[in-house]
Amino acid sequence: MVEVKLENLTKVFGKVVAVDHINLTVRDGEFLVLLGPSGCGKTTTLRCIAGLEAPDEGRVYFDEEDVTYLPPRDRDISMVFQSYAIWPHMSVYENIAFPLKMRKAPASEIDEKVKWAAELLRIGELLDRYPHQLSGGQRQRVAVARAIVVEPKVLLMDEPLSNLDALLRVLMRSELKKLQRRIKVTTIYVTHDQVEAMTMADRIAVMNEGRIMQVGSSTEVYDRPENLFVAGFIGSPRMNFFDATVRDGELDAEDFKLKLTPEQARALSGMEGKTVTVGIRPEHIYTPDSAKGESLQELDGTLDFFEQLGSDTVLHVRVGGKLLLAKISGRYTADLGSRIKVLLDLSKLHIFDKAGRSVL
Amino acid sequence: MYRWQQALTRIALYAAAVMVSAWVLTPIALIFISAFAVPEDYYDVGKVIPTEFTLENIRVLLFELREWRTTLNSIAVALLTIAVSFTLGLPASYSLARYVFPGRDGFKLLILSLRMFPLMVLGVPLAELYIRLGLSDTILGVALAHASLALPFVVLITYSIFVSIPVEYEEAAMVFGLTRAEAFFKITLPMALPGLAAAAMFTFVISWNEVFVASILTLMRRTLPADILVTVLTAPDPYKFAAAFIMVMPAITFVFIARRYLVTMWGISLR
Repeated sequence: MVEVKLENLTKVFGKVVAVDHINLTVRDGEFLVLLGPSGCGKTTTLRCIAGLEAPDEGRVYFDEEDVTYLPPRDRDISMVFQSYAIWPHMSVYENIAFPLKMRKAPASEIDEKVKWAAELLRIGELLDRYPHQLSGGQRQRVAVARAIVVEPKVLLMDEPLSNLDALLRVLMRSELKKLQRRIKVTTIYVTHDQVEAMTMADRIAVMNEGRIMQVGSSTEVYDRPENLFVAGFIGSPRMNFFDATVRDGELDAEDFKLKLTPEQARALSGMEGKTVTVGIRPEHIYTPDSAKGESLQELDGTLDFFEQLGSDTVLHVRVGGKLLLAKISGRYTADLGSRIKVLLDLSKLHIFDKAGRSVL
Repeated sequence: MYRWQQALTRIALYAAAVMVSAWVLTPIALIFISAFAVPEDYYDVGKVIPTEFTLENIRVLLFELREWRTTLNSIAVALLTIAVSFTLGLPASYSLARYVFPGRDGFKLLILSLRMFPLMVLGVPLAELYIRLGLSDTILGVALAHASLALPFVVLITYSIFVSIPVEYEEAAMVFGLTRAEAFFKITLPMALPGLAAAAMFTFVISWNEVFVASILTLMRRTLPADILVTVLTAPDPYKFAAAFIMVMPAITFVFIARRYLVTMWGISLR
């Protein structure tokens, strides 16, 4: 088990900078998730750590050892591929035993370890089968068993759950996380699914356009996004954004004005007259009977649309020229187009400057 | 009304299918029947289909006309052709399938365009070159010429085989302990083997059937078709049919065995 350190890691494909000077330290035994939209460079970063791509610039360290140009097989790593990549011409047993055979483990040890990994992933009865006889979920388990059987220094996973159906994905999410806790291997996990990231990660590194936008625990990136991208990418439905001007301790959004809390006013003291982007999550906008908290501000709007999600309801409320989404728990029914009062929790505002950086 | 139309369309379709099949199968059936017919039956004007069959025609052709030697030559040339074209072609097709490099698409087109080069133009200079190199009238010489004919096919067919094998299989192998080369030999090659076997048989048939280059480049060590062209043409008809029978056998065997993989070979699907 090692600490993985990326130093100025850069990878260019033709004219596209896939990974742009990334610095990141993954702690020993940590479960780190690289999260971002497709094409953000997360998979390329993972492949550089695996040694499947050689970076154009920068270094990869495992503890103190520079592994930047080491071939994959000399890095003592394991990987679970998105397509699983379990070899179709080998049985499940041979697939799982393969990494051990490569390390010239004695036959008795191979047998013992394969059975241990198979039991752990509950595929003990499938060892004689061939991949084409397995379901997607079973193949996925074989791929994980093959990856953990050697107790690697680093375990890399490239969207391992994306090919499973929704139900199985939720199940495997918790299983993989428990497994990782048990064997305490440094794990780097790539996904574009924020729920996966939030539920599994010790820390999340949010990536966009080849750069890391923020690194933090799931509550940190959710509660205190450092920039507009992270604020907009994490959370569903998406955070509400609107422009406003800072004026006399208020945020003037044209259609309405929001009073700043003393703390916010202090942070924005140097920005009098400047335009900022204000963000508020849908769950921090309430209806009068679901309102809670101290610093609330009431706004009048009309109900444009609402979505019943079962446990929650998402209201689309038009306030002047702005559309605000509010997520309230429980059911809600009203005629479309009817007048509605909503309350914004001012203490939960996120405020970003012109460059998209959080100023709070 | 509508039902009638449907029925008519169906009849027309079947008629077309029967005609196409007959077009292809009649000569083959004729070869099979005539190759084994006793000469008396064959020359009997009153008999359309012979009733008595014999292996005598084949025996005479192979052993009295001593075509067994040219058959062996043909087999040797074809096997050498496979060896040479695969040794040169597999690295090319593999790198086309796995790497992106400048001029990749142009290279593929160039390979294909080689097939447009007329053989007749190549024949005479090649013969002259072979005489100077001492390759004239040798098995190796014919095999080299055949390999150059087969190479474009080998590259394009095996390219589509390699493309259909996901690269993740190799990457997983490299992560779990193999070098790049080992990953090719231990992971990709076993998976490609059925397709490669079909491609090899196809190459065999290309070489086996090739007559022009083989006739120009050899004198004493003729391949079967080159020799048949000269010798058997003057022989009685049953021997011609016997020779034709031997000639079509590899192609027919190939189609029966490789039918399943032909789909793969042309890159339509993996399974």
